[in-house]
Amino acid sequence: MSSAFLRIQGLPALAVLAAGLMGLALLLSFFIAPEDGDQGISQRIFYIHVPIALTAYFCFGLGAWKALLLLWRGDERHDLESYVAIHQGTIFGTLTLITGAIWARASWGVWWSWDSNQLVLFLTLFLFYCAYFMLRFSLPEGPRRARSSAVYALFGVALIPVSFLAIRLAEDFIHPTTFTRDGPQMTGTMFAAFCVSWAAVTLLAYVLYRVELVGKRLHTDLRELREALE
Amino acid sequence: MTGGEYVAAAYGVVFVFLLVYVAIIAAKLVRLQRDTAELLELARRREHPDA
Amino acid sequence: MSYLADVAALTRKDLRVELRAQDTLPAMLLFVLSTLVVFHFALPEGTGEDAAYGLLWVAIVFTALLGLARAWVPEQEHGVFDGLVLAPCDRSAIWVGKTVATLAFLLAAQAVALPAFALFFAPLDAVALVGVLLADIGICAVGSLLAAMAAAGRARELLLPLLLLPLSIPLIVGGVGAAISTEPGRYLLLLALYDGIFAVLSWASFEYVVTES
Repeated sequence: MSSAFLRIQGLPALAVLAAGLMGLALLLSFFIAPEDGDQGISQRIFYIHVPIALTAYFCFGLGAWKALLLLWRGDERHDLESYVAIHQGTIFGTLTLITGAIWARASWGVWWSWDSNQLVLFLTLFLFYCAYFMLRFSLPEGPRRARSSAVYALFGVALIPVSFLAIRLAEDFIHPTTFTRDGPQMTGTMFAAFCVSWAAVTLLAYVLYRVELVGKRLHTDLRELREALE
Repeated sequence: MTGGEYVAAAYGVVFVFLLVYVAIIAAKLVRLQRDTAELLELARRREHPDA
Repeated sequence: MSYLADVAALTRKDLRVELRAQDTLPAMLLFVLSTLVVFHFALPEGTGEDAAYGLLWVAIVFTALLGLARAWVPEQEHGVFDGLVLAPCDRSAIWVGKTVATLAFLLAAQAVALPAFALFFAPLDAVALVGVLLADIGICAVGSLLAAMAAAGRARELLLPLLLLPLSIPLIVGGVGAAISTEPGRYLLLLALYDGIFAVLSWASFEYVVTES
């Protein structure tokens, strides 16, 4: 029933593609994109930090989508998929906070700034999803845990725009806004480097998600096998 | 630290995270291999209960 | 119409239980008043009024948590939870009933706490009070659902604050903003938006959270 075999066949190709994209992204980020006039070389952290942040959001979104599928269709498989996606999101979220702090230190001299609303927004969501794991570990395994986790994951996604609005209400002077309403404030090659980086990191996250999923399903399959043999 | 060193630190953290991930997957593979070996043993004993 | 009748019956039941037992409301009242006293000592000399509003909201959220932690306890103590869920009414009505009852308790506690705050710390105008009301609705709506989620597991008293606090951040932003900002309209709009979105989400998902299988 929960055989992982059919789903794994495309995975090595995806991983190779991710590796290739990442190589291209690094090439563009370090050798082809011009150096920023204001921030100098430390601006290049942008090419890894922002894609990682966006990917974290993507993972949370994927987790919420799988959660919706679970509630809607009742298929138990989606519970594990949702959990693994949110797990990936939390890992990338941690990376976002770390790379963001390094960038903050490089640009503004401080590791953290409460004035930066985007950082506060991300921290809020990060805490929210850390609590997700607390919820999961305190409930006994079963359909009720799966459904409660799914509902919570959906709440997280609803929290994103609401928190964003809450944060937008206050003025934001510090966090560099790269995308204004007129469009990205970057040159063409910088934008290209950003986009390739973004694609690479997103694909990397997806590959890791699939790898982790396979591992967990194998574990479940073996447990079932053990019960059949004992 | 110079700007370049910060950039190296940021990308370095990402790299280290990925390597830690690889290590965790390796550990999981070890456990999966052990489980499979045990199950294989169980299956063999079923085939030849007197061996 | 019978949906509303169910909700009214459930709310009345909760209020009646509390009126008889009288453990949750006095505790919330005492807690919020004690917290205000602690604030007097926590705020250093010469702190602006804005800090007081911030602390007020911390007090409100933690008082609400106190009430919410006890919200589903009457059902669990008397083994009524499963019976309630099997009751011949739409399960979401249970959530509405519980939310309204918890809101009633919170408002009752605030009816004492807010005048005390206005008297001893900083004034509260009508806009700030509207903000409090809107935020109360949000806290009770989301809190009732999260409390029901946490009730199924172990360490539920620890879990509920962890689940509720991140979700309460937009409410605190809205509430404090409504009190101190020169343009409170936007903050009230934010609170209303939060209430709209999360009340609907909580109402819709309650059934999934409490059914056993």
